[in-house]
Amino acid sequence: MLTVPEPVTRPRRERREAATHCPYCALQCGMVVTGPDARDPDARGSDRADLGSEQVSAVREASVRPREFPTNRGGLCQKGWTSATLLNTPARLTTPLVRRHRDEPLRPASWAQALDLVAERLRGIQAAHGADAVAVFGGGGLTNEKAYLLGKFARVALGTAQIDYNGRFCMSSAAAAGTRAFGLDRGLPFPVTDLDTADAVLLAGANVAETMPPFTQHLRHAADAGGLIVVDPRRTPTAELAALHLRPAPGTDLALALGLLHVAVAEGYLAEDYLAERTTGFTSAWQVAANWWPERTERVTGVAAADQRRAVRLLAEAGSAYLLTGRGTEQHASGADTVSGWINLALALGLPGRVGSGFGCLTGQGNGQGGREHGQKADQLPGYRRIDDPAARAHVSSVWGVPAESLPGPGRSAVELLDALGQPNGPRALLVFGSNVLVSAPHAGRVADRLAALDLLVVADFVLSDTAATADVVLPVTQWAEEDGTLTNLEGRVLLRQRAITPPEGARSDLDVLHGLATRLGQPAERFPTDPETVFTELRRASAGGPADYSGVTYQRLRAGEALHWPVPEADHPGTPRMFLDRFAHADGRARFVAVDHRGPAERPDADYPLLATTGRVLQHYQSGAQTRLVPELVEAAPEAHVEVHPDTAARAGLVDGDLAVVASRRGQTEARVRCVASIRPDVVFLPFHFPAAQRANLLTNPALDPTSRMPEFKVCAVRLTPASAPTVPKGSG
Amino acid sequence: MTRTAEVLPPPTTTGALRVVVVGYGMAGARLAEQIRARDPHAHRVHLTVVGAEPHAAYNRVLLSNVLAGTMSEWAVRLHDDGWAADHHVDLRTGLAVTGIDRAARTVGLADGSSVGYDALVLATGSRAWLPPIEGLCTEDGGLQPGVAVFRTLDDCARITAATGIGGRVAVLGGGLLGLEAARGLAGRGRRVTVVHPMGHVMERQLDAGAGRVLAKVLSSHGVEFRLGVGAARHVPGVGLELADGSTVPAELVVVSAGVRAETGLAVAAGLAVDRGIVVDDRLRTSDPNVYAIGDCAQHPGTVSGLVQPAWEQAEVVADLLTEAAPDAGYRGTSVVTRLKARDIDLAALGEVHVDVDAPDAEVLCLQDPARGRYAKLVLREDRVAGAIMLGVPDAAATVTHLYDRGLPAPADRLALLLGGALPAAGGAAASAGDLPASAVICRCNTVSKGRLVSAWREGARTADALATATRATTGCGGCRDAVCGLVDWLSAQESPDQPAPAGGPESPESPGVPAGESDESDESSQQNPVPVLA
Repeated sequence: MLTVPEPVTRPRRERREAATHCPYCALQCGMVVTGPDARDPDARGSDRADLGSEQVSAVREASVRPREFPTNRGGLCQKGWTSATLLNTPARLTTPLVRRHRDEPLRPASWAQALDLVAERLRGIQAAHGADAVAVFGGGGLTNEKAYLLGKFARVALGTAQIDYNGRFCMSSAAAAGTRAFGLDRGLPFPVTDLDTADAVLLAGANVAETMPPFTQHLRHAADAGGLIVVDPRRTPTAELAALHLRPAPGTDLALALGLLHVAVAEGYLAEDYLAERTTGFTSAWQVAANWWPERTERVTGVAAADQRRAVRLLAEAGSAYLLTGRGTEQHASGADTVSGWINLALALGLPGRVGSGFGCLTGQGNGQGGREHGQKADQLPGYRRIDDPAARAHVSSVWGVPAESLPGPGRSAVELLDALGQPNGPRALLVFGSNVLVSAPHAGRVADRLAALDLLVVADFVLSDTAATADVVLPVTQWAEEDGTLTNLEGRVLLRQRAITPPEGARSDLDVLHGLATRLGQPAERFPTDPETVFTELRRASAGGPADYSGVTYQRLRAGEALHWPVPEADHPGTPRMFLDRFAHADGRARFVAVDHRGPAERPDADYPLLATTGRVLQHYQSGAQTRLVPELVEAAPEAHVEVHPDTAARAGLVDGDLAVVASRRGQTEARVRCVASIRPDVVFLPFHFPAAQRANLLTNPALDPTSRMPEFKVCAVRLTPASAPTVPKGSG
Repeated sequence: MTRTAEVLPPPTTTGALRVVVVGYGMAGARLAEQIRARDPHAHRVHLTVVGAEPHAAYNRVLLSNVLAGTMSEWAVRLHDDGWAADHHVDLRTGLAVTGIDRAARTVGLADGSSVGYDALVLATGSRAWLPPIEGLCTEDGGLQPGVAVFRTLDDCARITAATGIGGRVAVLGGGLLGLEAARGLAGRGRRVTVVHPMGHVMERQLDAGAGRVLAKVLSSHGVEFRLGVGAARHVPGVGLELADGSTVPAELVVVSAGVRAETGLAVAAGLAVDRGIVVDDRLRTSDPNVYAIGDCAQHPGTVSGLVQPAWEQAEVVADLLTEAAPDAGYRGTSVVTRLKARDIDLAALGEVHVDVDAPDAEVLCLQDPARGRYAKLVLREDRVAGAIMLGVPDAAATVTHLYDRGLPAPADRLALLLGGALPAAGGAAASAGDLPASAVICRCNTVSKGRLVSAWREGARTADALATATRATTGCGGCRDAVCGLVDWLSAQESPDQPAPAGGPESPESPGVPAGESDESDESSQQNPVPVLA
């Protein structure tokens, strides 16, 4: 590993370098951003995006380099290395854009014009149709301050219950399952570096070698020890590192988890003392798993009984073992139960709440953890409180200086919210912050229809995302290195991203936007501060006493380099790197087994749609690709959508490697370049979801929802595959 | 309609359908669960379950684990004590049903009471069949001392109590259940001999070659075999005398010679009974108010003795009785036989007795008795029609999946037949010199071998210098060894007694770096990364 010297962080006004974190995933790799030469007035507008970051770092533009930090140890992937390109992208928005009708082009407007227009339209819509006629959609990439103020803006300035965010698409199943098992959900309840000495790690539906590459450093010990187990229908780069790769059919992960629990009992690996002292409910969970003997599990999942036994032996006989879940196992209509199935296995082996072993979920988006804690979720208030809890409402409303009864109740979850747009009794206006739902939401064709039915669509973004391009009003906002703000990484550690460069003229922070709208809607100016640290200070008070208690975290402590994992209930509290060591967060201190059974995917293959499609990510792109598709080096490496297909399946469809294919489901169709992969199951195809327009994988996906978490089923739907040249008539597509 | 005083009123709603299930085994318990999954508050169905055994229902599939000593009695219980009350089920265990009055729609119970029904479901299961061999049965039909069957939890306890470690056990019958019992007992230190009158074990599911290999594998776990010879007489305290005059010494004989459907009640009630209680696709007997599921039922094309058909039938009957799916029907279960025996992996399905020379099928067969492997695949019209997979566990999983889903078989038949027994595609990590120039060395930063070679030519002569020039190794660092290997290889190429370094039109012999190689990796190269974290 490269060793990179710690940067010197100078006082804010003069500094040209800032120790900060990557703008992308939840690993939040440490990096140094070097700003452009402040004395060069033309530094910003230069057209040097064609150059790699090293070449320009000494000259005029912002650049990044990695720094030592526990999560990335000085490593960066290609996305991180090229992230400075975003600061220099010619696609950057620097003026608000407005149109009176959707068939007109977007035209530049002043900030005052744009905000006046939005406020006036919001007032009119709410006067005519009620407070819930305006909805808000947030994102897991927003800082804690933005997520917090967005939730407050919705509940106080708009008085609407209709707010949710794209984290519903990522973290909700793991959060629901973690909460019901442990009483509290924090992605990794231990520092990521605890994995460094693990002898065995089971990754369920996580492809870290592509989604957070520097993370794989923490798996090296387990891999070298022959203890890395990867559960994935595809032979991913992560699976290639594993001693054991289990390939369940898409949508059968819960059956596999039940089968492994069965094996744990049958082979005598049950941690009986731990069960007696630290858990409840094993019997009811076992009575389900008893029906999943390995041979039956094999028949449903396709995972050999012998491999199931080997996996459990590796975990149970390791001195130090961890079980981690990712989106592959969570993004299902039975995602919460599936995660409960994995937690049940971890509890049966006695892993959670002990030093040197554990269960965790690998958070995806940059602030996927903090974003789910501070009130942009339909059912939540800051501090990971429930909005239907009277005590939580009383506390938060007192911090906000409003009557508790003025706070709305729980609203619709993300898919249901998008589905209600423009419908009778549904919202007629939508404000989007930090999300690109036209690409990232399931059944994307339907989302486009719903957005088109709105009276008003407002999108705040720093580039013209696919969603922004369809809006009535686009508000150009600042981005990562241009503003201060905190994020909470995958291990629950609160991080300060520091401003390194001056934002381009014309861009304003999301906090400014919320302030501008709130004051126009009649809110007192001081209720919506624009300074991130001031907002954070208020967030600390709002979170105090809640499950995710940030009250002891300060910018000062973060600047000093303290490693603060929440909860941090006091200013002198050292933080909580490892949770649950003494007790779990339920009232009785015990973890709960949850009796869950396999249901299978919401949509099965049939004669018309004989294949199963699963969606995911490639290394070079992040989420909807709105950012990474602007980076030439990343586009060069991964320019377009592809579909991974077994060579036999491709041949039966009349396709060869490199052909353009149409993949069609009951909901729509998408185009992708065929990539023949001998290691994929012949009944499965894989598509990355980062690509726009006709290449959107989410045109196919099934919006069937998990009954508990309201997570849509991104990871499995029935499709057929045809050559792009042949005419295709998808049945019932809309 | 007659209602007797003993019938509990429906717990919530009057007018609910009164359903009585006779039998609280795997089929009856499953049916009760499925009815309550569809009607959790007993609005539609008032449910009574009658079981003759005193135990709560238990998982019969797992009895071989109990016999092998790897599971306790507790672990195989299907329900705990509060289950019936929690689920509005009137459960009566330890109580036999004495008769069915179809005209009155009541069942009589051994305690003299009776229960009225609107729909009756018989889930009475099956019992072990005892071959007519002297010394197995007492005059009243009971078992002689030193003889046991293997059907119930109590049988497990009897079998394990009857012998100690080193004790001799004869298992009469080399079918699936007999072999599971034999393996379990051998694993617990008993000296086990399987006596089977046919030429090879599991002759219904296996061809002779597979049967031989399986017997060999079981022998290596301590099980002995006497095949092709029947038992003539059991002499208590001595053992089994065989038809050829020899004797298998045994303190205990475990009879596992097949089962017979438990049809006594149905016969007495005048229902149509053949080998089992005859049912249609709605699982109805000859009386439309009486259903039968599981081992006691005879549905065309369904093999009895397995749990999967019973469970699927329970779902259909639950759909019908709760009206959750009034059109539900049962059309048979595709059977995959799996031997549940520690360290032995065997799956058999479909047509297995097809010869490799059969003109109308594609048949592959690999025999590897020395390593305990036997793989046979019967294909018709590109689909799996039958298979025997012994000792090739991951191939068994794949073949089963193809069979169940009717999917076309992969073109690479050998890979299908052997699964993970074949070397993985690509094999071990190639050395730096052998890789094509387009191979991605550093996946985290999409750096190909060609780009590293170019950087090396431009003066980056160490791994650190290459990292600075290309960012290779600066992600997860897993390709560090590969980059160092490349530096060594390039340096060796450059040494005086070697040809010029790779690349360029003048050195076409340099492996992996074709003439005019550029920095760029092509699209397809991303499929062939070097395994990192060696």
